Amino acid sequence: MIRLERRPEPSRAWTIATPFVAVALTMLAGGLMFAVLGKDPVEAIRTIFWDPLFGDFASYSRPQLLVKAGPLILIAIGLSLGFRAGIWNIGAEGQYILGAIFAAATGLAFYPAESWLVFPAMILAGALGGILWAMIPALLKVRFGTNEVLVSLMLVYVAEALLASMALGLLRNPEGMGFPGSRNLAQYPSAANLDLIPGTGLHWGVALALIAVIVGQVVMTRHQLGFRVRLAGQSPRAAVFGGVNPGWLIVVCMGISGGLAGLAGMFEVAGPAGRLGIDFNVGYGFTAIIVAFLGRLNPIGILLAGLLMALTYIGGELAQLQMNLPLAAIQMFQGMLLFFLLAVDVLTAFRFRMGRRVVA
Amino acid sequence: MSNIDPILLLTAIIIVSTPILLAAIGELVVERAGVLNLGVEGMMITGAVCGFVVATMTGSPWLGFAGAALGGALLSMIFGILTQLFLSNQVATGLALTLFGLGLSALMGQGYIGVKGPAVPDLYLPLLRDIPVLGPILFRHDIIVYLALAIVLGVWLFLNRTRAGRVLRAVGENHDAAHALGYKVVRVRLMAIAFGGACAGLGGAYLSLVRVPQWTEGMTAGAGWIALAIVVFASWRPGRLVLGAWLFGGATALQLALQASGGVQIPIEYLQMAPYLATILVLVILRAGRAPGSLGRPFHASS
Repeated sequence: MIRLERRPEPSRAWTIATPFVAVALTMLAGGLMFAVLGKDPVEAIRTIFWDPLFGDFASYSRPQLLVKAGPLILIAIGLSLGFRAGIWNIGAEGQYILGAIFAAATGLAFYPAESWLVFPAMILAGALGGILWAMIPALLKVRFGTNEVLVSLMLVYVAEALLASMALGLLRNPEGMGFPGSRNLAQYPSAANLDLIPGTGLHWGVALALIAVIVGQVVMTRHQLGFRVRLAGQSPRAAVFGGVNPGWLIVVCMGISGGLAGLAGMFEVAGPAGRLGIDFNVGYGFTAIIVAFLGRLNPIGILLAGLLMALTYIGGELAQLQMNLPLAAIQMFQGMLLFFLLAVDVLTAFRFRMGRRVVA
Repeated sequence: MSNIDPILLLTAIIIVSTPILLAAIGELVVERAGVLNLGVEGMMITGAVCGFVVATMTGSPWLGFAGAALGGALLSMIFGILTQLFLSNQVATGLALTLFGLGLSALMGQGYIGVKGPAVPDLYLPLLRDIPVLGPILFRHDIIVYLALAIVLGVWLFLNRTRAGRVLRAVGENHDAAHALGYKVVRVRLMAIAFGGACAGLGGAYLSLVRVPQWTEGMTAGAGWIALAIVVFASWRPGRLVLGAWLFGGATALQLALQASGGVQIPIEYLQMAPYLATILVLVILRAGRAPGSLGRPFHASS
């Protein structure tokens, strides 16, 4: 009989190895799924993981890697802080939308005036939008004890409705022939978030994501906030005795994750997306949850996980074009990745033992 | 407001609240067993697509509902195995289940967008259906509406009047003590999770076969999350669950009626926010009772 035995200490080797094992297992299971769908599994896996980097159209898809990884990493870094403390902000998608709305509104308010002040103002507005939206579940939790998972999630649907109303109403392009969507901010020089090095996809948001990784790493390992977060996550009671105010921690963690999600929305609407349309949000806020877990809630891990997830997005689009593979299959593939990670994760805290239990 | 028919509105409330009630009663049992499954949305949408596909292929809505329950239960077993046998984090696994279910359903439903499913007939209740006012509101629905209420009653009886129900509650309150008394914690929880999956599947199928009735991607639109909120609102008690589902159904039905009547000068997008804002408001105003003691905590026999 096989049974689980708790390790005295979580295994460091397995902590690092599990994401790789999970990715390998997902490739196997994903290949099986593609075979069931009547596609060549080897070709499908190659199209998703290899072609975006080294295939015929790699010169087009490589910059996309950073464009897609940027918001994922930025949001996931913020989420990981709360997740470590046991604060579950699931509504990053909504905070991302609000950041974009605030930033676009600020930028458009200046249109068509040109000034170097517009872009920084938009950054502040984007962060503020995300923070304000995240403060709703945070303050309700602190004041009334409502569940932050449910409130932050409900607010995603509210934010989507708000986005639709903005795209169709207040922020609609007056010269857009009645089509929904705002003016194109990417064509408004003072507001545009362009590539810092042309053709690489490295825009301000990606740069900030890289900074967030470094700051996140320093905060988690060196700063008092990181210590408090880890303490609250491991033992909420000990944290209270240790002088950590739980309400304060909720507000700070939700505020940081909301602010970073809002910034991600700001950089997206000013750059790659350009305009605020009804289909502006594409699920980065939800995928970032997978990225955070895949990266083991660790900043460096999140950086790698964000790049991998971005790769599956681009590879998925490529597979859709070249192999007629449904985009939903990629969503499933990402879900599977998280399942395998969670399953393999058991090996870090437990080990399998054969035979009956020996009474010590 | 004047051109909203109150009888039609009340009838709509019952229809709108049924899928939420089904998903919520399943989750209530899961949470009373001490497990927090945040994958309700994923199981619901998988049920919606399974139900629709089976019903269109066989031409029988009843087989569709059965298929939906089975699909939901099977999907919930991924969650069950991961959290109960592999001891994974329940919040993360539940979220993964939702993401996975949304992808799976989109994939399964590809050929069924815009297809018309078979009609679900109303249960013909002679005499009762002819009662003025009450007849159309209460007695002219399909059988699933009554089944949902019967399941709620059944769950109440099970939890409060049977031995098995007490075992389930003991497992949810304190799994270590329940284990010490010789109850099979993991087995009880797996059965509760499967029941929750089946109920969520039924709720999803009610959306795709009765309420909409059509298959569209992401059609649950947060209904699974609202079901989770209603469980908290109901303080884990079946009776209050019905009230919560009707309250939510009321907010949704009213905003739909306002949209249709065209009498109010509120943009549709703001009306669409109403059910979600109402849910938040309810969560804030009504302080939840005490949650089951072991809710969300992993159980390992040796620790």
